Amino acid sequence: MLEVRDLNVSYGPAQAVRGVSFELDRGQTLGIAGESGCGKSTMALSLLRLLPDTARVAGRVLFEGEDLLTARWARLRAVRWNAASVVFQGAMSALNPVRTVGDQICEPILLHERVNAKAARRRTAELLDAVGVPARRAGDYPHEFSGGQRQRIMIAMALACRPDLIIADEPTTALDVMVQAQILRLLGDLVRESGIGVIMISHDLAVLAQMCERLAVMYAGRIVETGPARELIDDPRHPYTRALARAFPTIGDPASRLAPEGLPGDPPRIADLGDGCAFAPRCVSAEAACRTRTMELWPSGQGRAAACVRVLEGEAS
Amino acid sequence: MTPVLEARGLEIAYGRARAVDGVDLEVRQGEIVALVGESGCGKSSLARALVGLVKPTRGEIRHQGAPLDYRRLKEYRRHVQLILQDPGGALNPRQTVQAAVAEGPRLHGLKGDRVTSALARAGLRPPEDYLRRYPHELSGGQQQRVVIAGALALEPSVIVADEPVASLDASVRGEILKLILGLRDELGMSALVVTHDLGLAWNIADRVAVMYLGRIVETGTVEEVLIRPRHPYTRAMLAAASGTATPLQGEPPDPARIPPGCRFHPRCASRTDECASIDPPVLAGVACHLTPLHLTPLKEIS
Repeated sequence: MLEVRDLNVSYGPAQAVRGVSFELDRGQTLGIAGESGCGKSTMALSLLRLLPDTARVAGRVLFEGEDLLTARWARLRAVRWNAASVVFQGAMSALNPVRTVGDQICEPILLHERVNAKAARRRTAELLDAVGVPARRAGDYPHEFSGGQRQRIMIAMALACRPDLIIADEPTTALDVMVQAQILRLLGDLVRESGIGVIMISHDLAVLAQMCERLAVMYAGRIVETGPARELIDDPRHPYTRALARAFPTIGDPASRLAPEGLPGDPPRIADLGDGCAFAPRCVSAEAACRTRTMELWPSGQGRAAACVRVLEGEAS
Repeated sequence: MTPVLEARGLEIAYGRARAVDGVDLEVRQGEIVALVGESGCGKSSLARALVGLVKPTRGEIRHQGAPLDYRRLKEYRRHVQLILQDPGGALNPRQTVQAAVAEGPRLHGLKGDRVTSALARAGLRPPEDYLRRYPHELSGGQQQRVVIAGALALEPSVIVADEPVASLDASVRGEILKLILGLRDELGMSALVVTHDLGLAWNIADRVAVMYLGRIVETGTVEEVLIRPRHPYTRAMLAAASGTATPLQGEPPDPARIPPGCRFHPRCASRTDECASIDPPVLAGVACHLTPLHLTPLKEIS
């Protein structure tokens, strides 16, 4: 359904996304993990050309074989909502505070589907029901809902035109543990029932592992490791994935008891990236080759790849 | 031994809302206690009361056994320091690192150069490199270290940290937690860490107190509470965190409308008829009148 090839996004000299490629089919869930500034949100928003004009986007984003990056504006408008929609982080700022939630869910339905207002309202009620918000509250304003309910409303909106793909950018970040678990379960059920493809972006590997079959870990604008979610977390091949996985300890695991693990140093600034592996300055096992060699995603197992020279050495020995 | 910091029968009401509704809690010398709960459970109100920012409606706070005297707050705050979630908001953007860290000692009239040693202890090494920098020139992790250095400069006996790593990136998170753990190990400092993150408690705490709707519902060592949880709410939180069972339905409840009986019973999968009428006290670390045998196994809840 979706095929991304060598996607690059830059703001002036700063390359936020550097050569990202992946594929996604109907009913599949792909998690994109990484820290703030790694380019994960920029990458996701560029798929539907949602970035400001200052961003230069290159590469190919094939959706059902059609390149969205070169598609005509009218065509792109039709794809947005109808074929692919976005659940943004921070529902409070993504919802319009002076319009009722019912009106806001109706709007894309009226614009994109040839239905009358009555049918649109009926569909809105169904959608609210599906995400667990009482349909009678369609006439309420965003501030009258709790954070978890607002995020449910965002999901209802994303589903309004029955898309094939949902891009969820940190959909549970500001939410409480319990509400977060509810939202994840809701998204998971929707995927299973309707066969929607989901790209979910988060800094939280644990959240992604619950929700996604496959993971791609991004660092400094590149995918540095990709593969089945559980395998990536249990047996990471890239030292950055390893560090991320350890940052979220498993309760009950004696190895992490009274032993928090982090990574010394800070994420690199995208403006001053040079040759070699962007992670090398923070990597405990970096060697001379890491600073000069151009990194690629090398195969590191069944359906897995990692951009680390250690993977290559492992193959050789 | 006298606890370093103690709350006894603490209540904080905002109008009709009882944010904190009868809490007993203690932090002993050299101990890290994690206070965990959902948003709105009153954990931040409790933390603010412990540093004297909110005056409790009822109950008492004691530091080294002495009741907190609100006429001598400044002296108290030298010993009990607060660290907040968002270091960007806690630092003045127009103040250099040096000025930010020196402010506390200056206000308390403390002599000597405390800034460089505090920065070094907070892991900003060499300190000289940071003195003239402004907050915007630092990463989120470095900013939080400056905030911690500001607290350390006063040599407090206990720090109260409200979600100290929630706004930080995953890889930086562990570094700040290591720092807090190190302060305990090297300086014997005590800490109360307020968090919604059970993994954080597992990472650094000695004891855990689980708060629900204004009250501590379970308390004990990390191993007791997180591996063998007894309160149905603690069990639900752990299940939600690991994604193994259906989480509790509904929203976090409203402290202006605390249910009668056990305050958790409307959301409890194991409730019996009695639960609506018995308000269980915290006995042997758990506020639930059901014995473990009566609790519905979590995997059957979904």
